[in-house]
Amino acid sequence: MTTSELYDIWVYLQAEPLFWLTLTIGAYLVGDWCYQKSNKFPLVNPVAISILIVSSTLFIFDIEYERYFSGAQFIHFMLGPATVALAIPIYKKWHLIVVNAKAIFVSVFVGSCFAVVSTYFIANGLGISEKVMLTMLPRSVTTPIAMGISEVIGGIPSLTAIMTITTGIIGATFGAFILDILRVNSASARGFGIGLGSHGVGTAKAMSQNAEAGVFAAVAMGLSGIVTSLIMPLFMRLIS
Amino acid sequence: MLKGIFFIFLFQLIGEVVQKLLQLTFPGPVIGLILLVIFLLVTDNTPLKLISKPFENEVVRTAEGILSYLSLLFVPIGVGVVIHISLIEDQLLQVLVLLFVGTLATIGVTAWVMQLIQKRKQGAAHDNE
Repeated sequence: MTTSELYDIWVYLQAEPLFWLTLTIGAYLVGDWCYQKSNKFPLVNPVAISILIVSSTLFIFDIEYERYFSGAQFIHFMLGPATVALAIPIYKKWHLIVVNAKAIFVSVFVGSCFAVVSTYFIANGLGISEKVMLTMLPRSVTTPIAMGISEVIGGIPSLTAIMTITTGIIGATFGAFILDILRVNSASARGFGIGLGSHGVGTAKAMSQNAEAGVFAAVAMGLSGIVTSLIMPLFMRLIS
Repeated sequence: MLKGIFFIFLFQLIGEVVQKLLQLTFPGPVIGLILLVIFLLVTDNTPLKLISKPFENEVVRTAEGILSYLSLLFVPIGVGVVIHISLIEDQLLQVLVLLFVGTLATIGVTAWVMQLIQKRKQGAAHDNE
């Protein structure tokens, strides 16, 4: 087989989803293997490892992100159905939600307001430009909601998606440490904090560690999306 | 499996339609999630349960299958983060500091408040006994 034949195969593969799907799933399996081998140590984040493997591959072979994404979008598509699927654990643990209704109600308001207000003040304190600050304001809610809010308040939606995913990875990776320091040991409160601060990425992590924490993370993610959409217009009026 | 997928897709579809019709700011899948929870709670403890039960078992199995790979689904969009990081190159350090401090503070404050309320409630319950 000559080099040019190999090159032809490579060109063919790049244009097909199969290669990108295999790469993404393979990278995730490697990431998950590392996570399991480390006894689920929080710093070994399977999502971060898979992202690193895939993006280095794209970088080494000089491939545009758009080409990769057009292939890997079948995996991305499943985010919608997966969000709907969160209904099942919520339904199964519904009695826990009823018992904690008051705590959930107060925490979701405190947390959502804190996320927005802290982003605003830290951004101003660090001298971050107004456009980037607006882009970052909705970063703690689930990506589609965050992008929608960003558009309304004058941010850059695609950059908001980046901030949101990074927020998710930071929360999923380091959230457990801060909760240990603050001595939060109630599984429901831990899950709720992670879900509110780092949406779906945090919820996925919470779910992999404790069923109750996972349910509260999912509830926090859904409610904070709604609450943040509602408080954002008021907050914008306040700062203008 | 197929029935489960159909049911989950159907609720997402209904969610997307509701979102477009009412022009809501939050996304279709979240509306689908809320509607599915309501559906499951409403059919619980009613004669409707007899009809929904076979579907429910399938949906539960499929949903748990999808959710066990939830992290994987964030990889394609996450790769874009690394690729597009140059968009904020001049403010990268400040942005990273904000993301770290803001996110961890939000998680800490929220969880702490929730635990505080839970403990108070437990304390009150003890006092009433």
